[in-house]
Amino acid sequence: MKSGRIIEVNGPLVQARLPGIANGEQLRVGELGLTGEVIGLDGERALIQVYESTEMLRPGEEVVPLGHPLSAELGPGLLGGIFDGVQRPLRAIMESAGEHIPRGLALPALDRKKHWDFIPEASLRAGQEIRGGMVLGRVQETEAVEHRILVPPGIKGELMELAGAGRYTLEQTIARVRTPLKGIQGLSLLQRWPVRQPRPYARRDDGIAPLLTGQRILDTFFPLLKGGKGAIPGPFGAGKTMLQQQIARWTNADIVIYVGCGERGNELVDILESFPELTDPYSGRSLMERTLLVANTSNMPVVAREASIYLGVTLAEYYRDQGHDVVMLADSTSRWAEALREVAGRLGQMPVEEGYPAYLASRLAAFYERAGRVDTLGGDSGSVTLIGAVSPPGGDFSEPVTNHTKDIIQTFWALSKSLADARHYPSVSWTESFSDAVEAAARWWSREISPAWQARRAQALDLLARAEELSRIINLVGVEALSPAQRWSVEAASLVREALLQQSALDEVDSYCSPQKQFALLDLAMSLYQRGGELIDNQVPVSALLQLPALARLRRAKNSYGNEQLDALARLKEDMQDQLDKLARDYREGRS
Amino acid sequence: MKEKEYRYAAAARTGLLFLKGVPGVAFGDRVSIRDRHGRKRNGQVILSSEELVMVQVLEGTDDLNLDDTWVRFLDQPFELALSPDLLGRVFNGIGEPRDERPPIISRLRRNVNGEPVNPVARAYPREFIQTGISAIDGLNSLVRGQKLPIFSGSGLPHNRLVAQIVRQSRLLGEESRFVVVFAAMGLSYADARFFREDFENNGVLGNVAMFINLADDPPIERLILPRTALTAAEYLAFDLDLHVLVVLTDMTYYAEALREVATAKGDVPTRKGYPGYLYSDMAEIYERAGRVHKRHGSITMVPVVSMPSDDITHPIPDLTGYITEGQIVLSRELNNQNLYPPVNIPPSLSRLMKDGIGKDDTREDHPRVASQLYAAYARALEVRNLASIIGRDELPDLDRRYLDFADQFEQRFLAQGPDEDRSVIQTLNIAWELLSLLPGEVLSRVSETDLARYHDWEGGK
Repeated sequence: MKSGRIIEVNGPLVQARLPGIANGEQLRVGELGLTGEVIGLDGERALIQVYESTEMLRPGEEVVPLGHPLSAELGPGLLGGIFDGVQRPLRAIMESAGEHIPRGLALPALDRKKHWDFIPEASLRAGQEIRGGMVLGRVQETEAVEHRILVPPGIKGELMELAGAGRYTLEQTIARVRTPLKGIQGLSLLQRWPVRQPRPYARRDDGIAPLLTGQRILDTFFPLLKGGKGAIPGPFGAGKTMLQQQIARWTNADIVIYVGCGERGNELVDILESFPELTDPYSGRSLMERTLLVANTSNMPVVAREASIYLGVTLAEYYRDQGHDVVMLADSTSRWAEALREVAGRLGQMPVEEGYPAYLASRLAAFYERAGRVDTLGGDSGSVTLIGAVSPPGGDFSEPVTNHTKDIIQTFWALSKSLADARHYPSVSWTESFSDAVEAAARWWSREISPAWQARRAQALDLLARAEELSRIINLVGVEALSPAQRWSVEAASLVREALLQQSALDEVDSYCSPQKQFALLDLAMSLYQRGGELIDNQVPVSALLQLPALARLRRAKNSYGNEQLDALARLKEDMQDQLDKLARDYREGRS
Repeated sequence: MKEKEYRYAAAARTGLLFLKGVPGVAFGDRVSIRDRHGRKRNGQVILSSEELVMVQVLEGTDDLNLDDTWVRFLDQPFELALSPDLLGRVFNGIGEPRDERPPIISRLRRNVNGEPVNPVARAYPREFIQTGISAIDGLNSLVRGQKLPIFSGSGLPHNRLVAQIVRQSRLLGEESRFVVVFAAMGLSYADARFFREDFENNGVLGNVAMFINLADDPPIERLILPRTALTAAEYLAFDLDLHVLVVLTDMTYYAEALREVATAKGDVPTRKGYPGYLYSDMAEIYERAGRVHKRHGSITMVPVVSMPSDDITHPIPDLTGYITEGQIVLSRELNNQNLYPPVNIPPSLSRLMKDGIGKDDTREDHPRVASQLYAAYARALEVRNLASIIGRDELPDLDRRYLDFADQFEQRFLAQGPDEDRSVIQTLNIAWELLSLLPGEVLSRVSETDLARYHDWEGGK
């Protein structure tokens, strides 16, 4: 492809004369060699979005096509890394260029010099037919994660040679395959995939297991499945980032990909500094070993923000194809949508809602569709769970991005400003949130934890809803107007809020709550509510119930007992039953 | 191209000058314009194509004609000359002196747009700054390298509060004070004088670099002013190892100037007519606060954002809140009660507080006390609402205690003099005096140990 010349520079949007170029092709723009992508064609004119600042770029400078679309480099060395929206390695950039990101710096995403210990798949023999997705061998990428080297999708042919166990760099040939169309091809530990194209799989299936996060309001009340789609909308200050970081920390997925899309730089630094120190509760290894960051912070060029989401999900699919359960967190999809809007505006496309282009909804849907639990081409099972934060302007959930997202996802964790203002964290609203995955999750909880889970959960939500109604009455006429049973409901709901729903990310004991402990606390609170209700029917006053010592202990149980102290929670339940029984006896015998 | 001067502009309207047939002009280039009276104006190229060049004129296009306006493309971006002599000086939005003293001469010049900091190079801010103001130190602590805006409204005392923060801010256990970069956009003459006199009276004027665009100065200059000021701040912090406090006032006027230019350019308007890139544009400014690994200095930023009609969901405070690390919100209601500083506690927040307080930074109980004060005050405000409907006497005993707590909290904790400099320990002690108005059972956010050590409950004396 021949190079061309710039005709116009309008912020991040450049036009150049490039006859015959294809949409989506990557380019080097101008003397500095800025990275760009063709996003539209108009006769001989190519419309190019540039991922870097175009300051001092001028008409007449050269544009060189690179012959391929925006692609991700895939191979060992991704985990623990931090990349920008077009996969430039930010650590390597700092080593070579200092604390600022210079323009036009092209560094490969993955280290070409590093050697990896490769162990070939024992069952493979020369002469055997191999297909895309099959496992060629393994590399222990980090102590926590085994990286399976796959035949790239689309390749099919006779395996001529497979390297023996040994140390290889990313570009060394580890296998040769004779394909009918392209002749003999060498395969290495490194492959590429265009980010805007979903990676293929054999079959897609519904989720069956919940994605556990250790957060009670999420796991117990509004579950999300592995392979599901979730959204966290919330106004600023509601704790979106904190909640996403908690999920990244404590989720039971194998790999976590955190995409900081147009958000604060310091939030990524927080992860970079804290994750290496934290231990994964499942593998016992450092959390950073299973985490990968894509960072396009708000002060980095807008257009690369649009690409960062696709880069993130491509990396997620790559690990899925190796048979891993992957979670990708995108903070925030609103900034991604705004990047779309900015480019659309500069292209002069007709705005429909709040300036967003008409294709906002379809782009959002196509992105979330890349989530799923699949049978991989290699015959394994893996999943990509997508969780997108949404930052609605003014906290208004009826705005286009929140609204369209709500139609697409299965689990909606709505954050509430008023809960956050009262420092009720996580500020997930139990009235506005929803989950379509309760039935599927219930099968897991019933099998693994307790058959009573679904009923207990429903009771708790019912109690919270009732209390919400009653609080409206209280606000009109005061608490004295309620019947004792109603007052008990209000008190019990406030106990549920304090003992279950509130969970401090900063508390060492309570930051992560195992499913067993989650159920134990839920069960404690609900049996207290039920038994207490019976006592009230038998004329025991609410105040007597409120003075039970077990109640005060339940309030603090989440921080007092760790995940391994389930026996202490069982004892607390017994003590509570004893105290309630005694109270019932006392009143029956009129001794009080 | 430096030598060439062009005339016969194709069009001049709403701050934009259009030239045809000027080839190869760089996007973002600095432009020097001479009008028919020989007066100089400054401009910047905001679109450059083979056919047309669009120049944004900082001083506006009023009184320009097309034939006798001479345009020179300087082939360089806007740059600021940097030297330690910046301190003690007053400049306009592009770094020209406003104080009748000679311009800064230095070989070191930097593009005012800066370069984005690599997130990997950032150091997480975690050093507590004592401002001496209880509402901030106790509940919304500021740390070095944080950006913490003040959301205010017309007639609220944000200037007084900013001046107090500038005067009193210091790091515990360190003698060094902050140097100040003061960036004023659309400030009234009276407000500008207030700050100047305050700095002067406190003998800190020599440690302040001021970048001033007054209310009657050309609004387009406001777009470049914070960038110029932050270029100075970055130099002071990361070249000279100083701790810099940047005051940006008022970001609302900045955003309005941005809207003005965007409308003139024909950009697609979004909420309230602001362009879709308002978020990214403001982020370019706010994100220049912070700390960098291996550099001793820091940039702590306190922007003032006035909320049009006190509406916190207005795009300017709203988008600011999504970028900054918390916000201090001022309340008209408290101000009407003559309470200073009138900090509206529930919506105020400091995101970086968690890492700057506690055992090694302030006092061990600080995180829990802050959380407890918040929760108790939120509850107390609910009770106060209820009391206004059904009357205080109808309330249960505990609720009446909450009412007292709310009153005392506002009068003793929030309220303080504009010159009163409280240590964080004093602040925490007041907090415990207030929490002692409530029984220990309801204080579930503090630990049993805290209660034993600090809680002085005598059962409703």
